Amino acid sequence: MVDAVKAKVSIGRASVVSNPKVPSGRAPVNPVRRRKRRRQWLPYVLLAPAIVMELLIHIIPMLIGVMMSFFKMTQLYLGNWRQAPFAHLDNYRLAMDFNQPAGKALLHSFVVTIAFTVLVLAFSWSLGLLAAVLTQRPFRGRGIVRTLLLVPFALPIFASVITWNFMAQRDTGVINHVLVNQLHLTQGNPFWLIGGNSFVTLTLVVVWRTWPFAFLMMSAGMQSISDDVYEAAVLDGAGILTQLRRVTLPLLAPVNRVLVLVLFLWTFNDFTTPYTLFGDTTPAQADLISIHIYQNSFGTWNFGTGSAMSVLLLLFLMVVTGIYLFFVNRRTDNA
Amino acid sequence: MRLNKTATAAVAALMLVPLAACSSSGATKGSDKANTGATLTYWASNQGTSLANDKQVLTPELAKFTKQTGIKVELEVVPWSDLLNRVLAATTSGKGPDVVNIGNTWSSSVQATGAFLPFDDATLNAIGGKSRFLAGSMSATGVAGQPPAAVPIYSMAYGLYYNKKQFKDAGISSPPKTWDEFLVDAKKLTTPKHWALSLEAGSKTENIHSAFTLSQQQGGSWFDASGKATFNTPANVAAIKQYIDFMQTDKIVNPSDAQYSNGTEALKDFATGTTSMVFWQAAQASLKELGMNPDDIGVAPVPVPATLAAGGKPVTSMVAGINLGIFKNTKNKDAAIAFVKFMTSTPEQQMLNKTYGSLPSVTDAYSDPAFQAPNVLVIKDVLSKSAAPLPQVPGESQFEKLVGAAMTSLFADAATGKTVTSAQIAAALAAAQQQVTD
Repeated sequence: MVDAVKAKVSIGRASVVSNPKVPSGRAPVNPVRRRKRRRQWLPYVLLAPAIVMELLIHIIPMLIGVMMSFFKMTQLYLGNWRQAPFAHLDNYRLAMDFNQPAGKALLHSFVVTIAFTVLVLAFSWSLGLLAAVLTQRPFRGRGIVRTLLLVPFALPIFASVITWNFMAQRDTGVINHVLVNQLHLTQGNPFWLIGGNSFVTLTLVVVWRTWPFAFLMMSAGMQSISDDVYEAAVLDGAGILTQLRRVTLPLLAPVNRVLVLVLFLWTFNDFTTPYTLFGDTTPAQADLISIHIYQNSFGTWNFGTGSAMSVLLLLFLMVVTGIYLFFVNRRTDNA
Repeated sequence: MRLNKTATAAVAALMLVPLAACSSSGATKGSDKANTGATLTYWASNQGTSLANDKQVLTPELAKFTKQTGIKVELEVVPWSDLLNRVLAATTSGKGPDVVNIGNTWSSSVQATGAFLPFDDATLNAIGGKSRFLAGSMSATGVAGQPPAAVPIYSMAYGLYYNKKQFKDAGISSPPKTWDEFLVDAKKLTTPKHWALSLEAGSKTENIHSAFTLSQQQGGSWFDASGKATFNTPANVAAIKQYIDFMQTDKIVNPSDAQYSNGTEALKDFATGTTSMVFWQAAQASLKELGMNPDDIGVAPVPVPATLAAGGKPVTSMVAGINLGIFKNTKNKDAAIAFVKFMTSTPEQQMLNKTYGSLPSVTDAYSDPAFQAPNVLVIKDVLSKSAAPLPQVPGESQFEKLVGAAMTSLFADAATGKTVTSAQIAAALAAAQQQVTD
């Protein structure tokens, strides 16, 4: 594990160093060729443990999952899974036949997840940006404010989400207490954990958990924007909004590129939050795809179909990530 | 640019968080005690008030077993939320405990995996013979006609628990026997501040248990003789309609119950007097634990229709309980059988079931006066006379998941003010049936 972490960090660093936007200070000096060649094996040896761990932890399980999706992996073959019959594309056909209940449910869950992801991303990013801009200039107690803003992200996920579950209870929860008993906003107690409102609750909780991360990343990015740039902008008569649009956002672009992608992947795949919030019975209106796949594998003991759905999800995420990186990189090349 | 670099490193580190979570599950260890020969690994289910409580109850009993036989037992109490997944993982990897508790409704499904040692006649004779066990509990141990996949150790059945004091205050002298009487009483008990009945309406498991019993009374069934799903039948629709109507039409259940899903909340409402009735299995011990005055606890069989429909059976409960199974690839088969024999012996059955508030699975254990108390006798009568096992077919676990999910979602509709019609129930059941894979 530790090796893997180190490798990731070092890869991350390497990519920063090789970033063409970073001024390297001095032009590359041609070192002594022979010495360089002798040293070429060293990076590979250093990376080897990380690559082995990566294979063991990530790649091989993934390949096994892909393999499973082509087999009829039901309860009958759990004990002797080597005998599971080859299913051709049956599992995929089942998952993709949108006229049948199984496919229809998967499609529904997919649409819910897309809507959920877009909303969470939009709110988390905007809130994060707002907070980062407001705390960009030093003021008394800035450290404390920043720390407080980060609390939702730092709390253990189970503890914070289960608290939301208590708060969202219909009869005893504090949300209804405030909305109904104190403010008299609605007639009768609304439900927050079942029915249509469950989607609202889930989105709120995930935004609450996610936006501090956006705030953290953008704050860190803003640290590297020099005050001189702002001074120059002010001299040219730029107001606060123009500064934001013309100075802050363009200079934050590299951070945002990574941030949006990471937020997208996390939110799209979120399992712990809905599972903790709703327990074993997720309402259809908030049926996120990761939960849906889990229920289809473990609920019906049909791991073949579950794997097929996972592979479809993986393909979708790969395509989206690929397109995203393609466009984002092209834009920076043009810039 | 240093900060930017730090930020990138932070992203990289954070992306590894899920990875770290993965690796921790990989560390779960099975039993690799092949060589010591006489050490068994036992996964017990959570029967007491907590995992620690179970450990406390079982440890001295296991010590007795070690003293008698010289076989050591390594105990792990597994919470219900994990047990099935753990059993599945052990089944797939071939590495697991020697002996394990399972919910008896899983019997046929785990039997189909072939991972459990079948209790054929020779094995059954080694633990004292099939006739020692209650016939009802024995009917929930696997597909009929095949050797049982596991033997019952704790038995339970549903009863209608009612609050004697609240019944008396409302002028009701005896618990209802038919659904008509039940509704009359329930309406008397329901006031703007008080509900007559609490239901664990967000729990798939509780919902299908009730759907099963009510469908039996309507002459329905969820699987045909060949094990094919028959979810969408008029009898099954009527059963679910009757159950949801307690909330929707009869208005004797708080709509909030639709979000009760963790298997304790409805009982808690009853124990604290918030409701006057609840359908529950062997709740006596838990109710005392929750602080209910034992004198107020009444129990009666679940009501039946005044006149049974064609083919309807006077079933008032499923056969509930816990079975004990042996993993087929155990390296200590004889020791495992000796352990099952010990756990199903009369003294252990008396001791453990008394502690857990469940019923013994072997007939001779009922000589203990603790099992002659009036409330216990009601449940015992249900178990021996009017309980039927859930469908003993490999697809049972799919029934629990698919129909259970359909019912919780219908309950959510009813609670949030939408009308649930028979046609909608039929459509939901048809969709569930189409998702059954064999």
